[in-house]
Amino acid sequence: MSAAELPATHYLNATHGLKSWLLTRDHKRIGLLYLLGVSFFFAIGGLFAALIRIELITPAGDVFQPDTYNRIFTTHGIMMVFFFLIPAIPAVLGNFLIPIMIGAKDLAFPRLNLLSWYIYMVGGAFSLYSLLHGGVDTGWTFYTPYSTAFSNTYVIATGLGIFINGFSGILTGINFIVTIHRMRAPGMTWFRLPLFVWGHYATSLIQVLGTPVLAITIVLLALERLFHLGIFDPARGGDPVLFQHLFWFYSHPAVYIMILPAMAVISEVIAAFARKRIFGYHFVAFASIGIAVLGFLVWGHHMFVSSQSVYAGTVFSVLTMLVAIPSAVKVFNWTATLFRGSVSFETPMVYAFCFLGLFAIGGLTGVFLGTLGLDVHVHDTYFVVAHFHYVMVGSTITAFLGGLHYWWPKIFGRMYSEFWGRLSAIVVFFGFNATFFPQFVAGYLGMPRRYHAYPEEFQALHVLSSGGSIVLGLGYLIPIVYLLYSIKWGKPAGDNPWGAIGLEWETTSPPPVENFAAPPVVEHEAYEYAERAERLGAAPTT
Amino acid sequence: MSNHIVPVRVYLLVFGALMVLTTVTVVVAYFDFGVLNNVIMLGIAAVKATLVVLYFMHVRYGTQLIPIVVGSSVLWLLILLAFTLADYFTRGWMGAGSSWL
Ligand SMILES: [Cu+2]
Repeated sequence: MSAAELPATHYLNATHGLKSWLLTRDHKRIGLLYLLGVSFFFAIGGLFAALIRIELITPAGDVFQPDTYNRIFTTHGIMMVFFFLIPAIPAVLGNFLIPIMIGAKDLAFPRLNLLSWYIYMVGGAFSLYSLLHGGVDTGWTFYTPYSTAFSNTYVIATGLGIFINGFSGILTGINFIVTIHRMRAPGMTWFRLPLFVWGHYATSLIQVLGTPVLAITIVLLALERLFHLGIFDPARGGDPVLFQHLFWFYSHPAVYIMILPAMAVISEVIAAFARKRIFGYHFVAFASIGIAVLGFLVWGHHMFVSSQSVYAGTVFSVLTMLVAIPSAVKVFNWTATLFRGSVSFETPMVYAFCFLGLFAIGGLTGVFLGTLGLDVHVHDTYFVVAHFHYVMVGSTITAFLGGLHYWWPKIFGRMYSEFWGRLSAIVVFFGFNATFFPQFVAGYLGMPRRYHAYPEEFQALHVLSSGGSIVLGLGYLIPIVYLLYSIKWGKPAGDNPWGAIGLEWETTSPPPVENFAAPPVVEHEAYEYAERAERLGAAPTT
Repeated sequence: MSNHIVPVRVYLLVFGALMVLTTVTVVVAYFDFGVLNNVIMLGIAAVKATLVVLYFMHVRYGTQLIPIVVGSSVLWLLILLAFTLADYFTRGWMGAGSSWL
């Protein structure tokens, strides 16, 4: 395959027409359908973020009514968390790449995969409809007793949308697990799997084991709201804090549904642009599983200032610290991979460096918040808001964009402008820090979250943050332009534009419908850059 | 997936066992075992659920992956219950009233 032209037939042009897309069973096309879906919900969530930042430019609540403001930040949170951050990397990049990376023709259950997308779109449309027609003012966390006994907004309708969407995640998780167990090409042993696949395997475990609990929690919430069963009502022997237990049992691990796939992307990008095997491959692989399992044992750190027992709080605090270990293993191993690698700075790698910076800040401030005593001081302040934006938004979206840029030439067969790519990565990095770093300071000084008016002393920090959000928004908009442009007018990328190692780079760009011309047989470890250099007779890069 | 054919006799035996256990549950409800009341009831329910999962849901006959998936979901349920109860059981220790026990 010469680099001058695209292959004559590939998955994008094999069949034509809207029906061939809406009824497709090709995991690659379904990945692209998901890309449209998550981009749409990201735009909606971003729009509502802009409204929040506009209101907070001045200390007085002068743009929106308090009730409207509550609905705005709730809509922002629900759209971003459930319909963008959770599905973004697994459903788009995971869907597209997992079968190719393990040398399979498709996922184990292609029809189920398509069904997942429809469930996701129906759930999203349902939530969006109820959020726009009246809205919800509980925050994305739906805390009782406000959500069950006091709020006069569309709690059940919105919850139903999230409930429906949950099944999409469960089905995708099951699909990935079965695919990784059963569909690996000959020679693709577990420890030859790219770390991208390990990360998604761990993510799938969380989705399958955690999401049902969220579904049950929403059902209980609806039943309580409709029939006043008393599950969360102390007057009837119930307990509002029980809701928080159930909610965070899913929603803390949900953060790892966002971050593990992000880490999975970063492992691939760093190996490719350092031209080295990931340092401590086994440790990084097991760190994913470790994070997935430990992630289920720490949810009480969201409840230090509820009436949760301080003894339980202490245990949750200690367990939370333990999550830092596998996370740090990954960060240090990526850094060690760079050591004496032949590092180059193409767009995906610039994004990977942005990820490392943002994740380090987000992760370390997580240790602050996991500390029981300190959390009492900064709980429900902008410190928390800044922390989870660094982890969930800074890290996940940066990795998502990095991954999208890394595999874009594989997905569409054409290259984007490297100049604009690097520029947008740098704009995102500066915009992100300008938006969210001031929020750490404001929060530490006592600015509470979810308020539309605030004392004047916080104004400078809020103006900085709102100003930064314009830069950040710009950083997210630039790629839309040059990436779309590249689909039609970009230079043909060739099969392996980065000179990277991995089965996805051994097929054409874009790949054929069945992914490979002939079923691949795997004979090497993942990331065997040094061995390849030796085989080619060149001096090893180290 | 698994094409294992289970003899009807096995289904009938399991069904019989479920009926017997249901009767036991009802009979036991007429006696007061103190603290053990809940333990006995939940124990019988657990045995019944296990029978349903193993035989009616064919978990016994599937590949190795299926028991692992089922086993880990039970383990995860236990994690949820254990840590939540760790909160409820220790809330009263600081002297703050706990109406739960
Ligand atoms: Cu958490």
